[in-house]
Amino acid sequence: MPTSDYDPACLPDLLPLYYRRLFPFSQYYRWLSYGGVSKNYFQNREFSFTLKDDIYVRYQSFTTQNELEKEMQKMVPYKIDIGAVYSHRPSQHNAVKSGTFQALEKELVFDIDMTDYDDVRRCCSAADICSKCWTLMTIAIRILDRALREDFGFHHLLWVYSGRRGVHCWVCDDAARKLSVAARSAVAEYLSLIKGGEETVRKVVLSDPIHPFINHSLSVVERYFCQYAIVEQDILGSKESVDKVLALLPEDILSFPVVLGAQLTVISLSLTYFDKEIMLQYCYPRLDVNVSKGVNHLLKSPFSIHPKTGRISVPIDLKELNTFDPFEVPTISLICEELERPRADEAEDDDVKDKENEQEAGERRRIRDYKRTSLAKYVKVFDRFLEAMARSRKGEMLQKSDLQKDF
Amino acid sequence: MQFPGRRKKLIGSSQNDLYDHCLQFYGQPPLENISLTEFETFAVERLKLLKTVENLGVSCVKNSEQYTKKLDAEISSLNFPQKAELSEQKVQGGISEYEKRRKDHISHFILRLAYCQTEDLRRWFIQQEMDLFRYRFNDLHSKHKTDFLHKNNLKYETVSAEEKKSLQDKLIASSYGLSGTKVEEHDVYKVPFQDALDLVRTRKVYLLAGNAYIPHHEIVTIVLNDFRTRLSKALAMTARSLPAVQSDERLQPLLSHLSHAYVGQDYSIQKNIGKISLEQIDALSGKSFPLCMRHLHKALRENHHLRHGGRMQYGLFLKGIGLSLEQALQFWRSEFVKGKVDADKFDKAYAYSVRHMFGKEGKRTDYTPYSCMKVILSNPPSQGDYHGCPFRHSDPELLKQKLQNYKVSPSGTNQILELVKGMHYQLACQKYFELTHNVEDAGFSLNHPNQYFTESQKLLSGGRDIKKEVDMSQRSQENPASVTRPSQANSKQAHEEMGDLDSFFQDE
Repeated sequence: MPTSDYDPACLPDLLPLYYRRLFPFSQYYRWLSYGGVSKNYFQNREFSFTLKDDIYVRYQSFTTQNELEKEMQKMVPYKIDIGAVYSHRPSQHNAVKSGTFQALEKELVFDIDMTDYDDVRRCCSAADICSKCWTLMTIAIRILDRALREDFGFHHLLWVYSGRRGVHCWVCDDAARKLSVAARSAVAEYLSLIKGGEETVRKVVLSDPIHPFINHSLSVVERYFCQYAIVEQDILGSKESVDKVLALLPEDILSFPVVLGAQLTVISLSLTYFDKEIMLQYCYPRLDVNVSKGVNHLLKSPFSIHPKTGRISVPIDLKELNTFDPFEVPTISLICEELERPRADEAEDDDVKDKENEQEAGERRRIRDYKRTSLAKYVKVFDRFLEAMARSRKGEMLQKSDLQKDF
Repeated sequence: MQFPGRRKKLIGSSQNDLYDHCLQFYGQPPLENISLTEFETFAVERLKLLKTVENLGVSCVKNSEQYTKKLDAEISSLNFPQKAELSEQKVQGGISEYEKRRKDHISHFILRLAYCQTEDLRRWFIQQEMDLFRYRFNDLHSKHKTDFLHKNNLKYETVSAEEKKSLQDKLIASSYGLSGTKVEEHDVYKVPFQDALDLVRTRKVYLLAGNAYIPHHEIVTIVLNDFRTRLSKALAMTARSLPAVQSDERLQPLLSHLSHAYVGQDYSIQKNIGKISLEQIDALSGKSFPLCMRHLHKALRENHHLRHGGRMQYGLFLKGIGLSLEQALQFWRSEFVKGKVDADKFDKAYAYSVRHMFGKEGKRTDYTPYSCMKVILSNPPSQGDYHGCPFRHSDPELLKQKLQNYKVSPSGTNQILELVKGMHYQLACQKYFELTHNVEDAGFSLNHPNQYFTESQKLLSGGRDIKKEVDMSQRSQENPASVTRPSQANSKQAHEEMGDLDSFFQDE
């Protein structure tokens, strides 16, 4: 599918169209209201916008979905970030007594950025990605999704393509949103296996006993390793990259001839896991703990645009993870173009228009609009995610009312 | 002791009920009356204990043999409860276990009053109390651990035998020191992961569906979490009721100084007067002076001047190492005169100040040399000042350079900088002592610049002359609370300490 050449210079024209007719406001509002269980949850949420010419504004907040729409259509943000739910309306934070304005809740989030893997990928570097290294994201998603669900007991995870070189995870469970800074950082550290920066050569060190979490993660990595590392990344393909691999081996066995992938006799306890360590160093997810730690940390919003690539930050359907292609994600130019294509069913709409009020009409139009574009399937993924949360909330309320003998 | 708004009726007030376990969560405040002397003594001794906990926590690996031995000794010598049964016979002349537990209880609550006031104080207090609690809990026999959990209504959900069996391999793989038999025989507890963050963070526990599966021997981590939460809340509450307590004139001075308390020898009584000659000072500054005084001495030599803060800190130190008034006057005059001050001006302006230090002017108070605590916490230096504690007040880069100039090895410098980063300034200075004297262990806990000097001289002279003096003063310091009725020496000691606390904040 052609992505329709995207030109950042067109943003000023495309964005207004996007916010007027395509951005899924009603689902977005539904998400952030979380069923209206907590009072003022949406109203006290911070948004931040990056406007044209890199003007950055924080502490934006809105009282209704309508206000959100109007403001976004007026300000036409190039980037949108979502922050925490505060104790008061963020837009009024200056009027609040100093010290009382506090971030209370926020989703637990993770940010996986391909640049963090530059030391282990040969195909690209920095902001570039390709189909060969994208596998790293697939591995990261599988490992983290399993751990967050099975180990930590979370249920409502929204995985989103960042629009350029990574993925984000929004853990939206009630319990997740209420986590303290210490808890968030503990979760992030539990999930971290790669330690060390530029000066560290051997970034993964395993010792007995191997925690079940590591074993689970290894089994994921092993599924992809051969195809990814040996074939696609070709890590044994040049002397330089072979040397890099050998550099990860503990010093005492370098004197032995090494054949990777074959059985090696265990010489001493410290050597037992070198093969696992190498696989993990090449493939295990690298997360930025600082992103996950802060309750007030701002993260790129789903369905926002990435100004450099024009791509929309779309939710990822984990059922189709193996076939997800970041280069197939629609750009704003594509969907705006799709919008302009003539429609077969235009006639009947005119009749219905007169009977509805402005907003409903607007919404209906918008729903029909995005359905005509490549955005449709991604909004569906989002819808299913919202449905699951709604069902679970209903289930909880029934449980509660049963306990209270409320019939 | 009565605290407004916190009275609780004691049901069943027999001695045994009140302190039926050697460990407690300090849930209920003490409800009796005690004398002011006991109040002071208890507080000071618990503070000594907590400071030892802090020192050992940084200088030894927690729970190593060295750590346990030293902490055990300190707990014993300060008469705090150990694992003994309540009914155990009194060691002749010693204190009963009941009395130790009572002291533990009361002293904890007194220190709460002193340490609830700022975020820093609270954090310090909670950290040391937690370390102490962890040590004492781990020291308990398994039966007593379970007793403790029951008595405090700590109901942690236990995992059923079937679940244990099905998860056995996973449990063994996640927890250090766990074997198949242990899993079968002992309880495994299931708590929400949010209550076991320390274990989660380091991946030392098995997680399933949001729950952490904790083996019996690790339960201390969970209990500690509980302890921390309760203490934190309690301190916040205490801070709120503090104004009422502070209005009590008898308590206010003590409490407001306890958090800055120095609880050791004060070097006010001059020993070795005249033993040091002025010519020796340059050499001594390189060998036996702590970094702060070496720094001050160098600045004085280079600039032929020191500002007030520096004169006080250094001047009193010199008095402490044994300079007589005449020597001091000669020392300062000869230096200042090399600078912009002529002899006349010195006699008019600065001599007075030196005599004042020696108690020969004005109030005639014989000022005591500053302890590390005072140097670190009061009167931070500004531009043009050379006083203060270099480990606290110097920019780490400059400190690094200085240490390198003084020939401290790079690895030693790094160790020092790590301690500085952790805000363990006195330990950093102690490390400096160890590196410059080429010893593994300083053998003392640094609290006072003059102590540094004395210990250094002791080490360098093979421990002869000065040792006798040091021993005597240390012995009198070690026995403050082994008597239930405060003896003359004891109360005088405590009183002296309190008196000196006042003087800490009374610069001329």
